[in-house]
Amino acid sequence: MYRPYTVVDIRTENERTKSLVLDGSLDAEPGQFVMVWLPGVDARPFSVAGDAPLTLMVVAVGPFSRALHDLHRGDSLWIRGALGHGFRFPERMPGKRLLLVAGGYGVAPLQFLARRAVEAGARVDVAIGARTRTEVLLSDAFERVAADVWVTTEDGSAGERGRVTVAVERVVADRRPDVIYGCGPIPMLQALEAICKRAGLPYQLSWEARMRCGMGLCGACEVHDSTREGWLACTDGPVYIDEGVLSESSGSPEVKA
Amino acid sequence: MPDLACELLNLRLRSPVVLASGILGTSAALLERAARAGAGAVTAKSCGPEPRPGHPNPVAVDWGHGVINAIGLSNPGAMEEATLLSDARVRLARLGVPLIASIFAGTVAEFAIVAQTIARASPAAIEVNISCPNVGDEFGTPFAATEESAAAVTAAVKRVVADIPIAVKLAPNVASIGRIASAVVAAGADMITAVNTMPGMVIDADAGQPVLANRVGGISGPALKPIALRCVAEIAQAVNVPIIGTGGVCTGRDAAEMIMAGATAVGVGTAVWYRGVEALGQIVGELDSFLRERGYRTLADIRGLALRPPAARLPGLGNS
Repeated sequence: MYRPYTVVDIRTENERTKSLVLDGSLDAEPGQFVMVWLPGVDARPFSVAGDAPLTLMVVAVGPFSRALHDLHRGDSLWIRGALGHGFRFPERMPGKRLLLVAGGYGVAPLQFLARRAVEAGARVDVAIGARTRTEVLLSDAFERVAADVWVTTEDGSAGERGRVTVAVERVVADRRPDVIYGCGPIPMLQALEAICKRAGLPYQLSWEARMRCGMGLCGACEVHDSTREGWLACTDGPVYIDEGVLSESSGSPEVKA
Repeated sequence: MPDLACELLNLRLRSPVVLASGILGTSAALLERAARAGAGAVTAKSCGPEPRPGHPNPVAVDWGHGVINAIGLSNPGAMEEATLLSDARVRLARLGVPLIASIFAGTVAEFAIVAQTIARASPAAIEVNISCPNVGDEFGTPFAATEESAAAVTAAVKRVVADIPIAVKLAPNVASIGRIASAVVAAGADMITAVNTMPGMVIDADAGQPVLANRVGGISGPALKPIALRCVAEIAQAVNVPIIGTGGVCTGRDAAEMIMAGATAVGVGTAVWYRGVEALGQIVGELDSFLRERGYRTLADIRGLALRPPAARLPGLGNS
């Protein structure tokens, strides 16, 4: 069922992005999501950007997100979750090298992950990619915890000019990470997946999908591509986990038969 | 070792668990996944004459004693569904799992057209969904509400798909489900699926509004089970055709109850929310244990047991 939360703080991240801080925490792992309901409007999935307090990052791209942007402190929104399977840490975290790759609004769950990973003793490096300078989000939050942060913009207005995957290729060649974690637009995830498969690296990708029931029943969020079919983003995911070539572990979710 | 094989007319199922319509059956890959998880047969999502996007969110919630949903019969339309079903049938045939298509429509004539389109995919059976409660505004009272309308749809479909068995899916919210069952069997129904979800409403008191965007929806899961059991028992006493008993079955013990009420096979849907897709196979395993522990050897040993007066000596619960 849905539970009401009150908005206690609103942070402007850029001209169309706000972080909503709510009056309470949620037992959630980085990579999990919640269904957010505005009665009379709609209900849509959002990555958990922070668990204590519960924090959501909202980009105003449609009627629902714009309605969320219209909320003031003291207004209510309804939350169902935390839902789905989030990111998983490798065993024996101290000393592990994690590379986080964020495309655009994919920064939200990854900065939550970065904080937890550093707390667990791992070294975290972050590659942030965006179209232009104003769309590079949460870089301060990453700088506070990560060892290295590389920024790439397609138009070169901040950091290095180019796609984030080019920076990733370089990092992978220089200092092979133990696990790569990615979140961002699907073309970015697909390119990142190809890099990881070629390198035989374990990887975990937070897969976005249109969600309806959010309960693993209606099939609306099924992802069907060259690697996954019959894979439900809301319950098998949102995080797709590949253990890499070194492991025969059956811990990964169902892959194409 | 108990034999859990089950026959629905000419269809041989390796287990009595049938994936219910509306759960996971929206792609060939998901139907295959349900089959691999242990379903003896799988029912596809209901399709209609035209593509439907379904209702806006929220479309489903767990309200504490079950689930309520108003997905709104979202489907790609019969033409595209037929292609999906053809692909699914090939995959499922390799696993020995029959595919049951499911259809709905707004008029008797449309039902026949949709049935004809779907028949081209050669499903093992066609479920005629006359009872979905979530599209009331567009389709008026479900056809399942009266003997006349239920029989009319049944006869129209039967006329156009004479060589494919049809299972008519009944609604629980009727005055006499036994009479509706008799009417559809007389009109040509080869099987009965009972029951569809029960119309209900879940209100969020903090919001002061129903949770579902559609306001009303269909209740499924544990709350539906006693309702479904009574319906199946009444139908089993009214007609002689196989019944796919559906409603609230979450465990092997629930499945045993449904068969004791008179069901031939057991539809499982909302259990997937509580236990994952694996529930389909786990229920089979639990049913196997249930039978074995009590000395039953086949499903026939318990089928309809609850409809008969109790035996002088009840089967032993662990005593030989």
